Amino acid sequence: MAKPAVKPKVESLPAKSKSSPKSSGPGDNSVSAEDLKSFYRSMLLIRRFEERAGQLYGMGLIGGFCHLYIGQEAVVVGMQSTIGDEDAVITSYRDHGHMLACGMDPKGVMAELTGRSGGYSKGKGGSMHMFSRDKHFYGGHGIVGAQVPIGTGLAFAHKYHGGKNVSLTYFGDGSANQGQVYEAMNMAALWKLPVIYIIENNRYGMGTSVERASATTELYRHGEAFGIPGERVDGMDVLAVRTAGEKAVDHARSGAGPYILEMQTYRYRGHSMSDPAKYRTKEEVDKYRNERDPIDHLRKRLLDAGLTDEAALKAVDAEIRKIVNDAAEFAQHSPEPDPSELWTDILIGA
Amino acid sequence: MSISVLMPALSPTMTEGKLAKWHVKVGDVVKSGQVICEIETDKATMEVEAVDEGTVAQLLVAEGTEGVAVNTPICVLAAEGESVADSAKAAPAAAAPAAPAAPPRSEAPPALSVAAPTPAPIASEPEWSGKTVHMTVREALRDAMAEEMRKDGNIFLMGEEVAQYHGAYKVSQGLLEEFGEKRVIDTPITEHGFAGLGVGAAFGGLKPIVEFMTFNFAMQAMDQIINSAAKTHYMSGGQMTCPIVFRGPNGAASRVGAQHSQCYASWYAHVPGLRVLAPWSAADAKGLLKAAIRDPNPVIFLENEMLYGQSFDVPEDPDFILPIGKAKIERQGKDVTIVAFSIMVGKALQAAEELAKQGIDAEVINLRSLRPFDTETIVNSVKKTNRLVSVEEGWPFAGIGSELSALMMEHAFDWLDAPVKRVAGLDVPLPYAANLEKMALPQSSAIVEAAHAVCNR
Ligand SMILES: Cc1ncc(C[n+]2csc(CCOP(=O)(O)OP(=O)(O)O)c2C)c(N)n1
Ligand SMILES: [Mg+2]
Repeated sequence: MAKPAVKPKVESLPAKSKSSPKSSGPGDNSVSAEDLKSFYRSMLLIRRFEERAGQLYGMGLIGGFCHLYIGQEAVVVGMQSTIGDEDAVITSYRDHGHMLACGMDPKGVMAELTGRSGGYSKGKGGSMHMFSRDKHFYGGHGIVGAQVPIGTGLAFAHKYHGGKNVSLTYFGDGSANQGQVYEAMNMAALWKLPVIYIIENNRYGMGTSVERASATTELYRHGEAFGIPGERVDGMDVLAVRTAGEKAVDHARSGAGPYILEMQTYRYRGHSMSDPAKYRTKEEVDKYRNERDPIDHLRKRLLDAGLTDEAALKAVDAEIRKIVNDAAEFAQHSPEPDPSELWTDILIGA
Repeated sequence: MSISVLMPALSPTMTEGKLAKWHVKVGDVVKSGQVICEIETDKATMEVEAVDEGTVAQLLVAEGTEGVAVNTPICVLAAEGESVADSAKAAPAAAAPAAPAAPPRSEAPPALSVAAPTPAPIASEPEWSGKTVHMTVREALRDAMAEEMRKDGNIFLMGEEVAQYHGAYKVSQGLLEEFGEKRVIDTPITEHGFAGLGVGAAFGGLKPIVEFMTFNFAMQAMDQIINSAAKTHYMSGGQMTCPIVFRGPNGAASRVGAQHSQCYASWYAHVPGLRVLAPWSAADAKGLLKAAIRDPNPVIFLENEMLYGQSFDVPEDPDFILPIGKAKIERQGKDVTIVAFSIMVGKALQAAEELAKQGIDAEVINLRSLRPFDTETIVNSVKKTNRLVSVEEGWPFAGIGSELSALMMEHAFDWLDAPVKRVAGLDVPLPYAANLEKMALPQSSAIVEAAHAVCNR
């Protein structure tokens, strides 16, 4: 697949994780050197955060299910760079990367993983159920496919309010077989709702490969029955994601209705922490890790284009290690929720 | 500083495992993410990846060792710029502090239970003594929606046939004409989808009223109602709110067979995070639906098709509204308490008339709200009558009557002179044949009989 040329630019974007909505038309891959460096930094933050989460899990500090995003970082980082602060984001239980990319505090995310009061849900949601009203991150959903009608409803609310905001609704290849996904797509197309369906096709839903689960594996075409345009994207290349994302977001924002992006990506780790992933070969995993890694790929690109040097990258590395260490520290020392929290937040005003 | 790598747990239940194989040896440089060893449990073999970078200074556990406890240091890495030999020497000392401090869970002995807070007192119902109008339950429901929609532009109605057709049971008559298609929306036949879409719209700041053509079809939407609408406020630590009303006819209609004739009261009443209302009269319908729409929580509003055409007096006061969670004593009596909801309130009142002729003075309580449940009103009544009959149209097992009986054991045991008697639909799928259907649903004669039984006369 053709790689968009990197056009180093001098002007930098405001220092926030979501850049301002792009006014550039479809196909314009205007990406500044600062953008590229910020993508690198965001992807690395997710990678290191997830590695640390895995370690804390191994130490018994994180319980239950814990689904790591390692390998898929380019998808969320590329997509988030195409939207603005008021746009809505929703995803499944594999959500840590999405939260970090939305600009949520790594401390609050890690503390939710350890079930502490400093977590985003005060320790009552856990790895799979976290939210931030502030950052317009609507979860974190544990039921496969449930976030798709909900994300469509967020787009409905956007349209109802008359604004230009869109909803990024992420789900997996396995979820793409759920009935409610198609119920939602039909309504989104019928009512021209500003929603972008991002199918993170990491090739497996737990231990079942796409080929064994979907009668047609061109998932980007799964909206054709409703007239929803779709595109298959190299989800291991953050620039390809960014380019496709801009086009899809522009489409939805213009009032033309939903858009589907199938991101071809890969998760390096098992489905959750306790999955030995025997359903795929070591060679397959190694091939992605060694040849397709989104972070290595961008790192090389930055170096080759002379946009950065080893020393600068080392500094980024150190900065991120510190953020992750601080998050892990916080998550271990934040107290468990007060017992009284058991009975709060069930109903409002009761 | 040298770094100890600890024996990881693969699952929350794992306590020890076998160190099956080392993939690195002393002197190797490892990068984060690199596989350094394999561990085995009775369930699985897993690769262990390094989190930190460094040079392997020492392997502390030999390949093949069984029963290695979780969190035991298994290897030492020298960080960049450190000598491997120094790290190896420092290892035993370094390992100790690096071993994870026992998670600082609350120091105090864990609280094993925290009493449920006493529910906030429910504002008692004001006396609506002004003028009334006679109207059907159907009209009352429509007026409740229209009045609320006039006041708040974020309220909208959606469901199958609600707009152009005015509702399969004509409940939304005139709403499309008044509010337009932006706010009165015909959906495709896609219950799970539009229930979820409604939840998303509520998360996004709107106040949806979602009509199910009947609650039988809401089974398709059950996941969105329970897992998304009811639980998200709690799971988000109070951040997310879901002000939504799911409404429609519940329970048996007439001669439509088992799939179209089920009472879901006990299903929804089971779930924390929901409010569940079941009006009987037109005044209930209007006052409670207005309250449901204004409530910031997800509300299940169980109507009844057989009641839509029945007329009652409704206060004319434009501010008329009913509190959620208050039962209503529909008829005062001293000999026996009959508790019912929805269409069964009418049957209970009929039975009370019959009982009066036979010299038994029955008190009839209309529950109106199933969650929260007005235990207090019932207990106060039982303190007076000492006898209780519960009536519901749904199945008896794990029904509302079962809950009521348990609550009375807990709160009114000493005042009961006879065991609580349950009158409920028979434990069968509702048959189609007219005679069988009638036998399967509670009739007022059964209530009369039950009252006699608890009164021993
Ligand atoms: C309705 C439902 N069914 C089953 C599960 C159990 N489950 C959790 S994740 C998963 C696989 C989903 O795969 P995919 O959508 O591809 O997402 P990925 O995990 O690859 O990110 C399954 C079956 C669930 N959580 N919800
Ligand atoms: Mg998948």
